Amino acid sequence: MQAKGRVFKYGDNIDTDVIIPARYLNATEGTELAKHCMEDIDKEFIHKVKKGDIIVGQKNFGCGSSREHAPLAIKCAGVSCVIAETFARIFYRNAINIGMPIIECPEAARSIEDGDEVEIDFDSGMIHNVTKNESYKGQAFPPFMQKIISAGGLIHYING
Amino acid sequence: MGMTMTQKILAAHAGFDKVEAGQLIEANLDMVLGNDITSPVAINEMKKMKNQTVFDKEKIALVMDHFIPNKDIKSAENCKCCRDFAREHEIVNYFDVGEMGIEHALLPEKGLVVAGDVVIGADSHTCTYGALGAFSTGGGSTDMAAAMATGKIWFKVPSALKFVLTGKPSKWVSGKDIILHIIGLIGVDGALYRSMEFVGDGIRHLSMDDRFTICNMAIEAGGKNGIFPVDEKAIAYMKEHADKPYQVYEADADAEYDAEYTIDLSTLKPTVAFPHLPENTKEVGSFGEVKIDQVVIGSCTNGRIQDIRQAAEIMKGRKVAKDVRCIVIPATQAIYLQAMREGLLEIFIEAGAVVSTPTCGPCLGGYMGILAAGERCVSTTNRNFVGRMGHVDSEVYLASPAVAAASAVTGMISCPCELGL
Repeated sequence: MQAKGRVFKYGDNIDTDVIIPARYLNATEGTELAKHCMEDIDKEFIHKVKKGDIIVGQKNFGCGSSREHAPLAIKCAGVSCVIAETFARIFYRNAINIGMPIIECPEAARSIEDGDEVEIDFDSGMIHNVTKNESYKGQAFPPFMQKIISAGGLIHYING
Repeated sequence: MGMTMTQKILAAHAGFDKVEAGQLIEANLDMVLGNDITSPVAINEMKKMKNQTVFDKEKIALVMDHFIPNKDIKSAENCKCCRDFAREHEIVNYFDVGEMGIEHALLPEKGLVVAGDVVIGADSHTCTYGALGAFSTGGGSTDMAAAMATGKIWFKVPSALKFVLTGKPSKWVSGKDIILHIIGLIGVDGALYRSMEFVGDGIRHLSMDDRFTICNMAIEAGGKNGIFPVDEKAIAYMKEHADKPYQVYEADADAEYDAEYTIDLSTLKPTVAFPHLPENTKEVGSFGEVKIDQVVIGSCTNGRIQDIRQAAEIMKGRKVAKDVRCIVIPATQAIYLQAMREGLLEIFIEAGAVVSTPTCGPCLGGYMGILAAGERCVSTTNRNFVGRMGHVDSEVYLASPAVAAASAVTGMISCPCELGL
């Protein structure tokens, strides 16, 4: 499984309230939520993002609420992967459970800059920065998480 | 090497004699929780499953609390989705308008969580029940769907931080000040993926309501769960509220901790978290004048009877400052009724505050107290992120009910001691 896209870079502690503000939580459909993704931190994001693009955060990405609406909004906005130094644990669970790839890699999170073109190989955890011609080794998923992601999320995994 | 209290509970629920930090396990669940925001997503996920029956209709709690009484058509439809699901599956613990409360105040009050339980909730503040000596943590809607169907969930066994609380806190220092102090100390990711275990002779001075508040905000330090040992106060609380049996687990003497912090509660002062992170803490009195526009007293963090009593003690015979709106929200119907019987609601109304039916409403910027650009709110809630309570240019200052009530009276962030209390 691979991903390739342009990077939108953000800082530490990107919380679920800025990823998808609560005023939109009366919606449950991913496509509706995606229209407001990152709205309170980057109003331009949703107009610029293209299918396959990548979000890079720093420490504690996705902190705050348990709202699965947050990774769902990111996934349905077309983002192929989120890279961060660390993730908040509920966001981490939710991303895996809905089949949204995420990778912890402090080196990539620091080195990659906004607008860089990046390729990711999920099986090995390797991240290649095409713009800078650099590579970073991220944490590959343990086998059972890979199975959940490749099944398209926890529910499909349970269904077998 | 021994196990922490959390590890012992998880081992028992996964069928092992011993587990270690980092181990992936599948644990049996005693309770699965969802609210009106997260449950509709879970219900939709469950409809995709081959097996659409719930594992135990008595071990699922659906609490309508975030946007109820419904704030708009979409939130009404979300509640209807939950209501229909609860009827179809004969969910015993379904709580709607009239018998609901904010979920994390309601479940302990109804005796639905006791010591030794493993609880997953599709709400990040599910970690509250560690006050009773249970392992409880937040997950997402898909977690909730899988848990409702199978009664099990995967966990990575956490390592732990140990907080040794000593000494007796002073009059206006409550659980909120203690947890804000700790988050200020270790940061919003200071306990990431880990348990926060609270021990020490200082905990005997903490009421159950203080402990619920402390565990409630473990997530604001990134923690997987917060947990207290089960003492006489916890046992008395469970005897009063619960019928189901409880199980007491204790950490081994040789349990391993990633770090240990000793905090002398007698040295703490009323503490406020400045925008826009709960770790931006300052002691009241250490900063200049901060004028405010609104005060919110309530939420799963601080809407319990002790919180309401403290706020009323300060507001009794006083008035809310002219340019301040003060909104008081008892967390459950039972707390509301108790506050009414004790005459506390009268105190608030005479002071010029409003009293609302239980709702999460303003805490997450849903409704019932949204802020305009440039406005400041002192709130007893749990998060002060950008735009949390309304406009992205508004500000939330997190504080205890005592500081919030005193601030409502003076119109600026204040300690009750400034009122001669």
